[in-house]
Amino acid sequence: MLAWLILFAPLTATALILLVTKSSRQLSAFLSVGAVGASFLASVVVFFGPDFTTQFNWLEFGQRLIIPIGLTIDKLSRTMLLVVTGVGLLVHVYSLGYMHEDRSESRYFAGLSLFMFSMLGIVLANNFVMMFIFWELVGASSWLLIGHWYEKASAADAAKKAFLVNRLGDFGFMLGILVVWSLFGTVVFAELKPAVERISNDATFAVILPAAVLLLFMGAVGKSAQMPLHVWLPDAMEGPTPVSALIHAATMVAAGVYLMVRIDFLVIAAPTAQTVIAWVGMITAVMAALMATQQNDIKRILAYSTLSQLGYMIGAIGFAASGAAMFHLFTHACFKALLFLGAGSVIHGMHHEQDIWQMGGLKNKMPITFLTFAIGTAALVGFPYLSSGFYSKDSILIAAGAKSWIFLVMGLFTAALTAFYMTRLFIVAFLNKPRSENAKHAGESPMVMWVPLAILAVPSILAMPFLLGRSSTLTEVLGLAHDHSKDAWNVPLLAMFMFVWGVGLAFIIYRNRDRDPLRFPLLAHKFYFDEIYAGLIAITHDLLAKLSGFFDKYILDGLLVRGATTLAFGTGFVLRFFQVGNAQAYAIFFGLGVIVLLYLAVRP
Amino acid sequence: MPLTLHDYLLVSGLLFAVGFTGVLVRRNILVIYMCLEIMLNAANLALVAFSRFRPAADGMPDYHGQVLVFFIITVAAAEVAVGLAIIVALYRARNTTQINEINRLQY
Repeated sequence: MLAWLILFAPLTATALILLVTKSSRQLSAFLSVGAVGASFLASVVVFFGPDFTTQFNWLEFGQRLIIPIGLTIDKLSRTMLLVVTGVGLLVHVYSLGYMHEDRSESRYFAGLSLFMFSMLGIVLANNFVMMFIFWELVGASSWLLIGHWYEKASAADAAKKAFLVNRLGDFGFMLGILVVWSLFGTVVFAELKPAVERISNDATFAVILPAAVLLLFMGAVGKSAQMPLHVWLPDAMEGPTPVSALIHAATMVAAGVYLMVRIDFLVIAAPTAQTVIAWVGMITAVMAALMATQQNDIKRILAYSTLSQLGYMIGAIGFAASGAAMFHLFTHACFKALLFLGAGSVIHGMHHEQDIWQMGGLKNKMPITFLTFAIGTAALVGFPYLSSGFYSKDSILIAAGAKSWIFLVMGLFTAALTAFYMTRLFIVAFLNKPRSENAKHAGESPMVMWVPLAILAVPSILAMPFLLGRSSTLTEVLGLAHDHSKDAWNVPLLAMFMFVWGVGLAFIIYRNRDRDPLRFPLLAHKFYFDEIYAGLIAITHDLLAKLSGFFDKYILDGLLVRGATTLAFGTGFVLRFFQVGNAQAYAIFFGLGVIVLLYLAVRP
Repeated sequence: MPLTLHDYLLVSGLLFAVGFTGVLVRRNILVIYMCLEIMLNAANLALVAFSRFRPAADGMPDYHGQVLVFFIITVAAAEVAVGLAIIVALYRARNTTQINEINRLQY
């Protein structure tokens, strides 16, 4: 019952806002915040409650295909629920301040609530089909929210791009669901597990299962913005900053990882697919981190950092370390939401200036934002032993080392890059001297905005060491009970080395600089992915257009339409020579015709 | 020498040919009209001849042919009425009865 409440409270808020309170911005905002608050409280209760599943059959196509609607509460979903509703609640509260001056605040909160509903649906779903439905719903609500300022052409374009790129992945996801269903005859997660063991000796199984896993993985690639479908996420930063924090950092983009963790028993059963997943994740991690080093927009840097961290998580799935993936997902959700909300606070204080080179010296103007942002940065770069990010990143790196040295190298390289670009951002935006009028007159954000920052800072810096020390449930939940003595590599030490190296280098390069001394056009242009895609699409479009143009012009118009007229015209042209206008000529034709007919009739 | 079916048909064919030739070569529309009548009567002659020389099973002439002749005469009378009316109307409109001058309906 509580699970249904968690799911439907935000939807009720959406419906009420759109149908009743749309004209009252304040009422809409409080409805939305109240709904997510209710979901959060219910999630806390559920967190300490027992596992359970509630389900009813929704569609029945004979005996073979039964699609249920069901909610499941287990180790995985209950922690995820806490993260989603917790971060969601803070972002909602923060939005009260951030969106205060927006005319269409009601529409914004309706969208936010719709998103919460869809995301919670993904978390709670106990079968593929239901998850897919909510999967599409988060895509739709993400589209609504990215395009919130639809008067701006770039925002409208970004929303479309995000939606279309996601469709590519979702197409694979849907095919994957169909393959899984045809293979196992069920779409319910809990029933899949025994089914895998039952038929794992089949000959076809070894061939089809990797394909199925990779198709499902396509869905995760789209939603979690992995290479090569990562291009939508940086553009999605056109949306309001709280949206970026909630959807494009903490929750929705983690849905892909969540999906892969849900089906990790399938991934483990398909080693080929597993390797592919590991490569995709680690390549994304490295490439995105490289791109982040040359961006100047504060939100874009964070977006590429999100890509990179998601790469870590997907990589961890490939290393068969789904516990580590979830651990990093949780810590990342906290500190990345914190960083985004901090960036939002900076943008708010800077009157919507996002270029870090226009900032500088914000340390004194916005002390709380500065402090919390510092904590978030420390967590993201993995400040040794004190930050949550250090532990979660370590667990992934350990898994990478266990899989292959190359993944470990990639992971460590990414860690160094992360330290580098985050320190760069931090120094340029907060330290140094103010470099613009806006920066000189920036002021701290209202309390409704900095309180969520302060709350999010707590788990970023404290919670994980605390929880790891005190709560054996968490280690058990995440499967992190790990014996360090057997490791071939001393990963924590290597990671610390990378941390020092990255931070130190950034300090040396960016201290007291007014503009970027490093120039790598390749990185600044994001490896020209957008340009390549634009070119590819242009070429295919042109080709398709030419082909269909040819078909239309010569086959349809030329042969069919104009062919018919030509036929009629030609026949008329020939026949009109008989219309001489002389009645006696007609009589001759008539007579000749009779003769011919007679001949034909009496011919032997 | 008694007349045979062959003779009658010959006369009928000649009449028809004369009529048809008249239709083809004469310019005055009234003359063409009369030639048409000749062709009709050529057909009538052939029908009567067949009726006379091809008796039915009971030895009587085949009345089908004769009935058809009456039919043609009736239709021809009606046709003359209509046709002459058309010719009069045409003359009033175009002021001519020369068929080579009535050639508006060409391409």
